Amino acid sequence: MIEKANILSKADLRRVIKRISHEILERNRGSENLVIIGLQKRGVPLGKRIAANIESFEDKKIRFGKLDISFYRDDFGKKIKADIEKTEIDFDVTDMNVILVDDVLFTGRTIRAALDAIIDLGRPRSIQLVVLIDRGHRELPIRADYVGKNLPTSQNEMVEVRLMETDGRDSVILVEKEEDVK
Amino acid sequence: MLNKKSILRIDDLTLDDVAKVMETADSFTSISKREIKKVPTLRGKTVVNLFFEPSTRTKTSFEVAAKRLSADMINFAASSSSLKKGESIMDTLRTILAMQVNLIVIRHSDSGTVKMVDDNTPVPVINAGDGKHQHPTQALLDLYAIRSRFEKFEGLRVAFVGDFLDSRVARSGTRLFEKMGMDVSLVAPSMLIPEDHSDLNVYSSIDDVIEDIDVLYMLRMQFERQDRKFYPSVREYNRFLSLDSKRLARMKKNSIVMHPGPVNRGIEISDEVMGDRESPYDNILIEEQVTGGVAVRMALLYLILG
Repeated sequence: MIEKANILSKADLRRVIKRISHEILERNRGSENLVIIGLQKRGVPLGKRIAANIESFEDKKIRFGKLDISFYRDDFGKKIKADIEKTEIDFDVTDMNVILVDDVLFTGRTIRAALDAIIDLGRPRSIQLVVLIDRGHRELPIRADYVGKNLPTSQNEMVEVRLMETDGRDSVILVEKEEDVK
Repeated sequence: MLNKKSILRIDDLTLDDVAKVMETADSFTSISKREIKKVPTLRGKTVVNLFFEPSTRTKTSFEVAAKRLSADMINFAASSSSLKKGESIMDTLRTILAMQVNLIVIRHSDSGTVKMVDDNTPVPVINAGDGKHQHPTQALLDLYAIRSRFEKFEGLRVAFVGDFLDSRVARSGTRLFEKMGMDVSLVAPSMLIPEDHSDLNVYSSIDDVIEDIDVLYMLRMQFERQDRKFYPSVREYNRFLSLDSKRLARMKKNSIVMHPGPVNRGIEISDEVMGDRESPYDNILIEEQVTGGVAVRMALLYLILG
Protein backbone atom coordinates (compact mmCIF):
# COMPACT_ATOMS: atom_id res chain seq x y z
CA MET A 1 0.00 0.00 0.00
CA ILE A 2 1.24 3.44 -0.86
CA GLU A 3 -0.18 6.50 0.84
CA LYS A 4 -1.22 8.97 -1.84
CA ALA A 5 -2.95 11.77 0.01
CA ASN A 6 -4.30 12.93 3.32
CA ILE A 7 -7.99 13.51 2.82
CA LEU A 8 -9.12 14.62 6.25
CA SER A 9 -7.12 15.56 9.31
CA LYS A 10 -8.30 15.18 12.86
CA ALA A 11 -9.62 18.77 12.92
CA ASP A 12 -11.29 18.34 9.51
CA LEU A 13 -13.00 15.21 10.76
CA ARG A 14 -14.36 17.01 13.79
CA ARG A 15 -15.74 19.85 11.67
CA VAL A 16 -17.30 17.47 9.12
CA ILE A 17 -19.07 15.46 11.81
CA LYS A 18 -20.32 18.62 13.43
CA ARG A 19 -21.65 19.93 10.13
CA ILE A 20 -23.44 16.66 9.38
CA SER A 21 -24.97 16.66 12.87
CA HIS A 22 -26.43 20.11 12.18
CA GLU A 23 -27.70 19.02 8.77
CA ILE A 24 -29.50 16.05 10.31
CA LEU A 25 -31.22 18.31 12.84
CA GLU A 26 -32.09 20.85 10.19
CA ARG A 27 -33.58 18.32 7.79
CA ASN A 28 -35.54 16.49 10.52
CA ARG A 29 -36.52 19.67 12.38
CA GLY A 30 -35.03 18.55 15.65
CA SER A 31 -34.30 15.21 17.19
CA GLU A 32 -37.86 14.04 17.81
CA ASN A 33 -38.25 10.37 16.72
CA LEU A 34 -34.67 10.33 15.57
CA VAL A 35 -32.54 7.24 16.17
CA ILE A 36 -28.99 6.62 15.05
CA ILE A 37 -27.67 3.25 13.90
CA GLY A 38 -23.97 2.81 13.26
CA LEU A 39 -22.78 0.11 10.87
CA GLN A 40 -20.06 -2.13 12.21
CA LYS A 41 -17.35 -1.42 12.41
CA ARG A 42 -16.36 2.24 11.88
CA GLY A 43 -19.90 3.48 11.46
CA VAL A 44 -20.34 2.77 15.17
CA PRO A 45 -17.87 5.34 16.57
CA LEU A 46 -18.90 7.81 13.86
CA GLY A 47 -22.55 7.37 14.77
CA LYS A 48 -21.75 7.79 18.45
CA ARG A 49 -19.98 11.09 17.75
CA ILE A 50 -22.95 12.34 15.78
CA ALA A 51 -25.28 11.24 18.58
CA ALA A 52 -23.13 13.05 21.13
CA ASN A 53 -23.19 16.22 19.03
CA ILE A 54 -26.94 16.12 18.61
CA GLU A 55 -27.42 15.50 22.32
CA SER A 56 -25.32 18.53 23.17
CA PHE A 57 -27.03 20.78 20.58
CA GLU A 58 -30.54 19.74 21.57
CA ASP A 59 -29.99 18.82 25.20
CA LYS A 60 -31.94 15.59 24.72
CA LYS A 61 -30.99 11.92 24.85
CA ILE A 62 -30.85 10.17 21.51
CA ARG A 63 -31.14 6.41 21.02
CA PHE A 64 -28.20 4.65 19.44
CA GLY A 65 -27.76 1.15 18.04
CA LYS A 66 -25.11 -0.95 16.31
CA LEU A 67 -25.72 -3.08 13.27
CA ASP A 68 -23.70 -5.91 11.76
CA ILE A 69 -24.82 -6.99 8.30
CA SER A 70 -22.98 -10.35 8.02
CA PHE A 71 -26.21 -12.33 7.74
CA TYR A 72 -27.56 -10.09 4.97
CA ARG A 73 -24.57 -10.04 2.62
CA ASP A 74 -25.09 -10.92 -1.04
CA ASP A 75 -21.61 -12.45 -1.36
CA PHE A 76 -22.15 -15.13 1.27
CA GLY A 77 -19.89 -18.10 0.61
CA LYS A 78 -17.89 -16.21 -2.01
CA LYS A 79 -15.74 -14.03 0.17
CA ILE A 80 -13.94 -14.81 3.37
CA LYS A 81 -15.90 -12.95 5.96
CA ALA A 82 -14.54 -10.88 8.74
CA ASP A 83 -15.68 -11.81 12.22
CA ILE A 84 -19.28 -11.13 13.06
CA GLU A 85 -19.60 -8.04 15.22
CA LYS A 86 -22.44 -7.35 17.62
CA THR A 87 -25.83 -6.12 16.56
CA GLU A 88 -27.33 -4.16 19.44
CA ILE A 89 -30.53 -2.30 18.71
CA ASP A 90 -32.59 -2.33 21.86
CA PHE A 91 -35.37 -0.05 20.67
CA ASP A 92 -38.19 -0.39 18.15
CA VAL A 93 -37.39 1.29 14.83
CA THR A 94 -41.03 1.38 13.75
CA ASP A 95 -42.13 4.96 12.90
CA MET A 96 -38.66 6.31 13.67
CA ASN A 97 -36.45 8.36 11.41
CA VAL A 98 -33.40 6.13 11.29
CA ILE A 99 -30.04 7.76 10.65
CA LEU A 100 -27.79 5.05 9.28
CA VAL A 101 -24.08 5.81 9.57
CA ASP A 102 -21.17 4.26 7.67
CA ASP A 103 -17.60 5.36 6.96
CA VAL A 104 -17.16 4.86 3.21
CA LEU A 105 -19.82 4.53 0.53
CA PHE A 106 -18.49 2.46 -2.39
CA THR A 107 -20.53 -0.15 -4.32
CA GLY A 108 -23.64 0.37 -2.19
CA ARG A 109 -23.96 -3.35 -1.41
CA THR A 110 -23.32 -2.95 2.30
CA ILE A 111 -26.05 -0.33 2.49
CA ARG A 112 -28.47 -2.57 0.57
CA ALA A 113 -27.83 -5.30 3.16
CA ALA A 114 -28.22 -2.81 6.02
CA LEU A 115 -31.58 -1.61 4.67
CA ASP A 116 -32.86 -5.19 4.61
CA ALA A 117 -31.55 -5.81 8.12
CA ILE A 118 -33.26 -2.68 9.49
CA ILE A 119 -36.54 -3.41 7.77
CA ASP A 120 -36.54 -6.88 9.37
CA LEU A 121 -36.57 -5.10 12.74
CA GLY A 122 -39.63 -2.99 12.03
CA ARG A 123 -41.01 -0.33 9.70
CA PRO A 124 -39.21 2.97 10.10
CA ARG A 125 -40.79 6.21 8.88
CA SER A 126 -37.59 6.90 6.97
CA ILE A 127 -34.01 5.73 6.69
CA GLN A 128 -31.41 8.38 5.96
CA LEU A 129 -27.81 7.61 5.14
CA VAL A 130 -24.72 9.35 6.50
CA VAL A 131 -21.31 8.55 5.04
CA LEU A 132 -18.00 10.15 5.85
CA ILE A 133 -16.57 9.54 2.35
CA ASP A 134 -18.40 8.87 -0.89
CA ARG A 135 -15.81 7.39 -3.23
CA GLY A 136 -18.12 6.59 -6.17
CA HIS A 137 -18.26 3.31 -8.20
CA ARG A 138 -21.83 2.49 -7.21
CA GLU A 139 -23.20 -0.86 -8.37
CA LEU A 140 -26.69 -0.28 -6.98
CA PRO A 141 -29.05 2.71 -7.10
CA ILE A 142 -28.13 4.00 -3.63
CA ARG A 143 -27.13 7.49 -2.55
CA ALA A 144 -26.24 9.15 0.73
CA ASP A 145 -28.32 11.92 2.33
CA TYR A 146 -25.39 13.40 4.22
CA VAL A 147 -21.84 13.21 2.86
CA GLY A 148 -18.67 14.23 4.66
CA LYS A 149 -16.62 14.47 1.51
CA ASN A 150 -17.06 13.38 -2.09
CA LEU A 151 -13.85 11.79 -3.27
CA PRO A 152 -13.54 10.53 -6.85
CA THR A 153 -11.27 7.48 -6.79
CA SER A 154 -9.99 4.84 -9.16
CA GLN A 155 -10.80 1.15 -8.63
CA ASN A 156 -7.33 0.33 -7.33
CA GLU A 157 -7.31 3.10 -4.78
CA MET A 158 -8.64 2.58 -1.29
CA VAL A 159 -9.92 4.99 1.30
CA GLU A 160 -8.70 4.25 4.80
CA VAL A 161 -10.71 5.77 7.59
CA ARG A 162 -8.99 5.62 10.95
CA LEU A 163 -10.78 6.58 14.10
CA MET A 164 -9.54 7.06 17.63
CA GLU A 165 -11.94 4.44 19.00
CA THR A 166 -10.93 1.66 16.60
CA ASP A 167 -7.47 2.60 15.34
CA GLY A 168 -6.00 4.96 17.92
CA ARG A 169 -6.06 8.08 15.77
CA ASP A 170 -8.33 10.22 13.59
CA SER A 171 -7.47 10.50 9.91
CA VAL A 172 -8.70 9.68 6.44
CA ILE A 173 -6.12 8.83 3.80
CA LEU A 174 -6.14 7.65 0.22
CA VAL A 175 -3.92 4.66 -0.53
CA GLU A 176 -3.08 2.80 -3.71
CA LYS A 177 -2.68 -0.96 -3.95
CA GLU A 178 1.00 -1.62 -4.60
CA GLU A 179 0.81 -4.26 -7.35
CA ASP A 180 -0.94 -1.76 -9.60
CA VAL A 181 1.72 0.91 -9.31
CA LYS A 182 5.13 -0.48 -10.34
CA MET B 1 -14.79 -21.28 8.13
CA LEU B 2 -14.35 -24.33 10.35
CA ASN B 3 -11.34 -26.60 10.42
CA LYS B 4 -13.10 -29.52 8.75
CA LYS B 5 -15.82 -29.84 6.16
CA SER B 6 -18.02 -32.11 8.27
CA ILE B 7 -18.70 -32.47 11.97
CA LEU B 8 -18.75 -36.10 12.98
CA ARG B 9 -16.95 -36.07 16.30
CA ILE B 10 -15.92 -33.50 18.88
CA ASP B 11 -12.30 -34.00 17.86
CA ASP B 12 -13.15 -32.58 14.44
CA LEU B 13 -13.41 -29.19 16.13
CA THR B 14 -10.44 -27.11 17.21
CA LEU B 15 -10.65 -24.86 20.26
CA ASP B 16 -10.85 -21.98 17.84
CA ASP B 17 -13.82 -23.63 16.09
CA VAL B 18 -15.61 -24.07 19.40
CA ALA B 19 -15.08 -20.40 20.29
CA LYS B 20 -16.36 -19.36 16.85
CA VAL B 21 -19.48 -21.48 17.23
CA MET B 22 -20.22 -19.99 20.67
CA GLU B 23 -19.75 -16.40 19.51
CA THR B 24 -21.74 -16.86 16.32
CA ALA B 25 -24.53 -18.51 18.30
CA ASP B 26 -24.78 -15.32 20.39
CA SER B 27 -25.72 -13.37 17.26
CA PHE B 28 -28.35 -15.95 16.38
CA THR B 29 -29.76 -15.95 19.89
CA SER B 30 -30.62 -12.29 19.47
CA ILE B 31 -32.18 -12.94 16.06
CA SER B 32 -34.35 -15.66 17.61
CA LYS B 33 -35.70 -13.06 20.04
CA ARG B 34 -36.83 -10.67 17.31
CA GLU B 35 -40.28 -10.49 15.85
CA ILE B 36 -38.96 -11.55 12.44
CA LYS B 37 -36.86 -14.53 13.43
CA LYS B 38 -35.30 -14.99 10.06
CA VAL B 39 -32.29 -13.81 8.10
CA PRO B 40 -31.70 -14.37 4.38
CA THR B 41 -28.18 -15.76 4.78
CA LEU B 42 -28.65 -19.28 3.40
CA ARG B 43 -31.24 -18.44 0.76
CA GLY B 44 -31.06 -20.98 -2.04
CA LYS B 45 -29.21 -23.60 0.00
CA THR B 46 -30.83 -26.95 0.61
CA VAL B 47 -30.32 -28.91 3.81
CA VAL B 48 -31.63 -32.42 4.29
CA ASN B 49 -32.54 -34.02 7.61
CA LEU B 50 -31.75 -37.70 7.19
CA PHE B 51 -33.12 -39.37 10.29
CA PHE B 52 -33.05 -43.14 10.49
CA GLU B 53 -33.99 -43.07 14.15
CA PRO B 54 -36.81 -41.28 16.00
CA SER B 55 -36.11 -37.77 17.23
CA THR B 56 -38.16 -34.78 18.29
CA ARG B 57 -35.81 -32.13 19.50
CA THR B 58 -32.71 -32.66 17.39
CA LYS B 59 -34.63 -32.98 14.16
CA THR B 60 -36.93 -30.05 14.89
CA SER B 61 -34.01 -28.00 16.13
CA PHE B 62 -32.09 -28.44 12.87
CA GLU B 63 -35.25 -27.71 10.92
CA VAL B 64 -35.94 -24.48 12.79
CA ALA B 65 -32.27 -23.51 12.52
CA ALA B 66 -32.19 -24.03 8.75
CA LYS B 67 -35.47 -22.19 8.24
CA ARG B 68 -34.42 -19.19 10.31
CA LEU B 69 -31.43 -18.92 7.99
CA SER B 70 -33.76 -19.11 4.94
CA ALA B 71 -32.37 -22.45 3.76
CA ASP B 72 -34.77 -24.98 2.29
CA MET B 73 -35.14 -27.94 4.61
CA ILE B 74 -36.12 -31.39 3.45
CA ASN B 75 -37.17 -33.88 6.09
CA PHE B 76 -36.47 -37.45 5.28
CA ALA B 77 -38.06 -39.95 7.64
CA ALA B 78 -36.81 -43.49 7.29
CA SER B 79 -40.13 -44.97 8.33
CA SER B 80 -41.99 -43.57 5.33
CA SER B 81 -39.23 -43.90 2.74
CA SER B 82 -38.14 -46.39 0.10
CA LEU B 83 -35.92 -47.99 2.73
CA LYS B 84 -39.13 -49.80 3.57
CA LYS B 85 -39.03 -51.20 0.05
CA GLY B 86 -35.54 -52.48 0.68
CA GLU B 87 -33.45 -49.65 -0.76
CA SER B 88 -29.99 -49.54 0.84
CA ILE B 89 -28.70 -46.49 2.68
CA MET B 90 -26.09 -45.88 0.02
CA ASP B 91 -28.70 -45.90 -2.73
CA THR B 92 -30.92 -43.58 -0.72
CA LEU B 93 -27.94 -41.30 -0.35
CA ARG B 94 -27.30 -41.36 -4.08
CA THR B 95 -30.85 -40.29 -4.70
CA ILE B 96 -30.62 -37.46 -2.22
CA LEU B 97 -27.30 -36.25 -3.60
CA ALA B 98 -28.77 -36.28 -7.09
CA MET B 99 -31.19 -33.64 -5.84
CA GLN B 100 -28.19 -31.37 -5.25
CA VAL B 101 -28.46 -30.76 -1.57
CA ASN B 102 -25.82 -28.59 0.12
CA LEU B 103 -25.61 -30.25 3.51
CA ILE B 104 -26.74 -33.47 5.15
CA VAL B 105 -27.79 -33.79 8.77
CA ILE B 106 -27.88 -37.44 9.70
CA ARG B 107 -28.84 -39.72 12.56
CA HIS B 108 -28.62 -43.48 12.55
CA SER B 109 -28.81 -46.09 15.27
CA ASP B 110 -25.94 -48.16 13.85
CA SER B 111 -22.66 -46.73 15.04
CA GLY B 112 -20.43 -45.75 12.14
CA THR B 113 -23.12 -45.20 9.54
CA VAL B 114 -22.62 -41.46 9.78
CA LYS B 115 -18.95 -41.80 8.89
CA MET B 116 -19.73 -44.11 6.01
CA VAL B 117 -22.15 -41.52 4.64
CA ASP B 118 -19.59 -38.74 5.05
CA ASP B 119 -16.92 -40.79 3.28
CA ASN B 120 -19.21 -41.14 0.32
CA THR B 121 -20.50 -37.61 -0.14
CA PRO B 122 -18.92 -34.45 -1.48
CA VAL B 123 -21.20 -32.26 0.67
CA PRO B 124 -20.69 -31.50 4.37
CA VAL B 125 -22.30 -33.83 6.88
CA ILE B 126 -23.38 -33.04 10.42
CA ASN B 127 -23.68 -35.96 12.81
CA ALA B 128 -26.97 -35.66 14.67
CA GLY B 129 -26.54 -38.90 16.58
CA ASP B 130 -24.33 -41.79 15.51
CA GLY B 131 -25.45 -44.96 17.26
CA LYS B 132 -23.44 -45.32 20.43
CA HIS B 133 -20.59 -43.15 19.12
CA GLN B 134 -21.07 -39.41 19.27
CA HIS B 135 -23.58 -36.58 19.18
CA PRO B 136 -21.36 -33.52 18.82
CA THR B 137 -24.02 -30.84 18.31
CA GLN B 138 -25.64 -31.82 21.60
CA ALA B 139 -22.31 -31.35 23.37
CA LEU B 140 -21.92 -27.93 21.75
CA LEU B 141 -25.36 -26.77 22.80
CA ASP B 142 -24.71 -28.09 26.31
CA LEU B 143 -21.51 -26.08 26.40
CA TYR B 144 -23.46 -23.05 25.20
CA ALA B 145 -25.97 -23.51 28.05
CA ILE B 146 -23.14 -23.78 30.57
CA ARG B 147 -21.59 -20.64 29.12
CA SER B 148 -24.79 -18.72 29.85
CA ARG B 149 -24.33 -19.31 33.58
CA PHE B 150 -20.57 -19.39 34.14
CA GLU B 151 -17.85 -16.90 33.26
CA LYS B 152 -15.29 -19.51 32.29
CA PHE B 153 -15.16 -23.22 31.67
CA GLU B 154 -11.81 -23.94 33.21
CA GLY B 155 -12.04 -25.76 36.52
CA LEU B 156 -15.80 -26.29 36.44
CA ARG B 157 -16.78 -29.59 37.99
CA VAL B 158 -19.20 -31.62 35.90
CA ALA B 159 -20.76 -34.98 36.73
CA PHE B 160 -22.55 -37.15 34.20
CA VAL B 161 -25.10 -39.29 35.97
CA GLY B 162 -26.71 -42.50 34.79
CA ASP B 163 -26.71 -44.55 31.63
CA PHE B 164 -23.22 -43.81 30.42
CA LEU B 165 -22.67 -47.03 28.51
CA ASP B 166 -25.02 -46.34 25.64
CA SER B 167 -24.81 -42.59 25.72
CA ARG B 168 -23.46 -40.76 22.69
CA VAL B 169 -24.42 -37.54 24.43
CA ALA B 170 -22.04 -38.30 27.29
CA ARG B 171 -19.34 -39.53 24.94
CA SER B 172 -19.29 -36.22 23.05
CA GLY B 173 -19.91 -34.25 26.24
CA THR B 174 -16.97 -35.65 28.17
CA ARG B 175 -14.65 -35.07 25.21
CA LEU B 176 -15.74 -31.48 24.75
CA PHE B 177 -15.90 -30.56 28.43
CA GLU B 178 -12.45 -31.99 29.11
CA LYS B 179 -11.13 -30.14 26.07
CA MET B 180 -12.45 -26.91 27.63
CA GLY B 181 -10.62 -27.62 30.88
CA MET B 182 -13.51 -28.86 32.98
CA ASP B 183 -13.16 -31.55 35.55
CA VAL B 184 -15.48 -34.36 34.45
CA SER B 185 -16.62 -37.22 36.62
CA LEU B 186 -19.09 -39.96 36.24
CA VAL B 187 -21.79 -41.32 38.49
CA ALA B 188 -22.94 -44.76 37.41
CA PRO B 189 -22.95 -48.34 38.54
CA SER B 190 -20.04 -50.31 37.13
CA MET B 191 -22.19 -52.16 34.62
CA LEU B 192 -23.10 -48.88 32.91
CA ILE B 193 -19.50 -47.77 32.41
CA PRO B 194 -17.67 -48.62 29.20
CA GLU B 195 -14.07 -49.76 29.41
CA ASP B 196 -12.62 -46.82 27.49
CA HIS B 197 -13.71 -44.34 30.14
CA SER B 198 -11.91 -45.89 33.06
CA ASP B 199 -9.74 -42.77 33.33
CA LEU B 200 -12.62 -40.64 34.59
CA ASN B 201 -13.40 -40.33 38.28
CA VAL B 202 -16.21 -42.74 38.89
CA TYR B 203 -18.72 -42.64 41.72
CA SER B 204 -21.53 -45.03 42.39
CA SER B 205 -24.01 -42.64 43.97
CA ILE B 206 -25.12 -39.10 43.18
CA ASP B 207 -24.76 -38.39 46.92
CA ASP B 208 -20.97 -38.68 46.54
CA VAL B 209 -20.76 -35.61 44.29
CA ILE B 210 -23.93 -33.57 44.72
CA GLU B 211 -22.46 -31.00 47.11
CA ASP B 212 -19.27 -30.34 45.14
CA ILE B 213 -20.24 -30.02 41.52
CA ASP B 214 -21.10 -27.03 39.34
CA VAL B 215 -22.90 -28.93 36.59
CA LEU B 216 -25.05 -31.98 37.18
CA TYR B 217 -25.67 -33.67 33.85
CA MET B 218 -28.46 -36.24 34.06
CA LEU B 219 -28.34 -38.82 31.26
CA ARG B 220 -31.45 -40.39 29.88
CA MET B 221 -32.01 -44.04 30.72
CA GLN B 222 -32.05 -45.54 27.24
CA PHE B 223 -34.65 -48.24 27.53
CA GLU B 224 -34.72 -48.70 23.76
CA ARG B 225 -31.07 -49.77 23.84
CA GLN B 226 -31.38 -52.00 26.89
CA ASP B 227 -31.51 -55.29 25.12
CA ARG B 228 -29.57 -56.68 28.04
CA LYS B 229 -30.76 -55.80 31.52
CA PHE B 230 -28.10 -53.61 33.07
CA TYR B 231 -30.11 -52.14 35.86
CA PRO B 232 -32.24 -54.14 38.25
CA SER B 233 -35.10 -51.79 39.11
CA VAL B 234 -36.40 -48.24 39.08
CA ARG B 235 -36.28 -48.24 42.86
CA GLU B 236 -32.59 -49.00 42.83
CA TYR B 237 -32.06 -46.28 40.20
CA ASN B 238 -33.93 -43.77 42.36
CA ARG B 239 -31.84 -44.62 45.37
CA PHE B 240 -28.46 -44.00 43.76
CA LEU B 241 -28.93 -41.92 40.62
CA SER B 242 -32.11 -39.85 40.62
CA LEU B 243 -32.49 -36.15 41.25
CA ASP B 244 -35.28 -35.14 43.60
CA SER B 245 -35.91 -31.91 45.48
CA LYS B 246 -34.01 -33.09 48.56
CA ARG B 247 -30.87 -33.73 46.58
CA LEU B 248 -31.37 -30.54 44.60
CA ALA B 249 -31.41 -28.57 47.85
CA ARG B 250 -27.95 -29.87 48.69
CA MET B 251 -26.37 -28.52 45.52
CA LYS B 252 -23.97 -25.57 45.56
CA LYS B 253 -25.25 -22.05 44.98
CA ASN B 254 -25.17 -21.20 41.25
CA SER B 255 -24.83 -24.83 40.24
CA ILE B 256 -26.97 -26.08 37.35
CA VAL B 257 -28.79 -29.21 36.20
CA MET B 258 -28.96 -30.35 32.59
CA HIS B 259 -30.58 -33.20 30.70
CA PRO B 260 -30.51 -33.88 26.95
CA GLY B 261 -34.20 -34.84 26.91
CA PRO B 262 -36.58 -36.50 26.72
CA VAL B 263 -36.69 -36.89 30.50
CA ASN B 264 -38.03 -40.13 31.95
CA ARG B 265 -39.99 -38.50 34.73
CA GLY B 266 -39.61 -40.24 38.04
CA ILE B 267 -36.45 -41.98 36.88
CA GLU B 268 -33.65 -39.47 36.18
CA ILE B 269 -35.52 -36.49 37.55
CA SER B 270 -38.51 -36.48 39.84
CA ASP B 271 -41.86 -35.12 38.76
CA GLU B 272 -41.72 -32.43 41.37
CA VAL B 273 -38.34 -31.09 40.19
CA MET B 274 -39.50 -31.13 36.58
CA GLY B 275 -42.65 -29.20 37.45
CA ASP B 276 -45.81 -28.95 35.46
CA ARG B 277 -45.32 -26.49 32.61
CA GLU B 278 -41.91 -25.43 33.77
CA SER B 279 -39.59 -26.35 36.56
CA PRO B 280 -40.07 -24.33 39.78
CA TYR B 281 -36.28 -24.25 40.10
CA ASP B 282 -34.30 -21.78 38.05
CA ASN B 283 -31.16 -23.90 37.90
CA ILE B 284 -32.83 -26.55 35.74
CA LEU B 285 -31.56 -25.63 32.27
CA ILE B 286 -33.43 -28.15 30.14
CA GLU B 287 -35.44 -25.58 28.15
CA GLU B 288 -32.45 -23.27 27.84
CA GLN B 289 -30.57 -26.18 26.30
CA VAL B 290 -33.28 -26.50 23.67
CA THR B 291 -33.49 -22.75 22.97
CA GLY B 292 -29.73 -22.40 22.75
CA GLY B 293 -29.63 -25.53 20.61
CA VAL B 294 -31.34 -23.72 17.76
CA ALA B 295 -28.81 -20.87 17.92
CA VAL B 296 -25.87 -23.28 18.07
CA ARG B 297 -27.15 -25.23 15.07
CA MET B 298 -27.73 -21.99 13.14
CA ALA B 299 -24.12 -21.11 13.91
CA LEU B 300 -22.91 -24.49 12.65
CA LEU B 301 -24.91 -24.26 9.41
CA TYR B 302 -23.69 -20.71 8.91
CA LEU B 303 -20.05 -21.53 9.58
CA ILE B 304 -20.04 -24.73 7.51
CA LEU B 305 -21.83 -23.35 4.48
CA GLY B 306 -20.16 -19.92 4.66
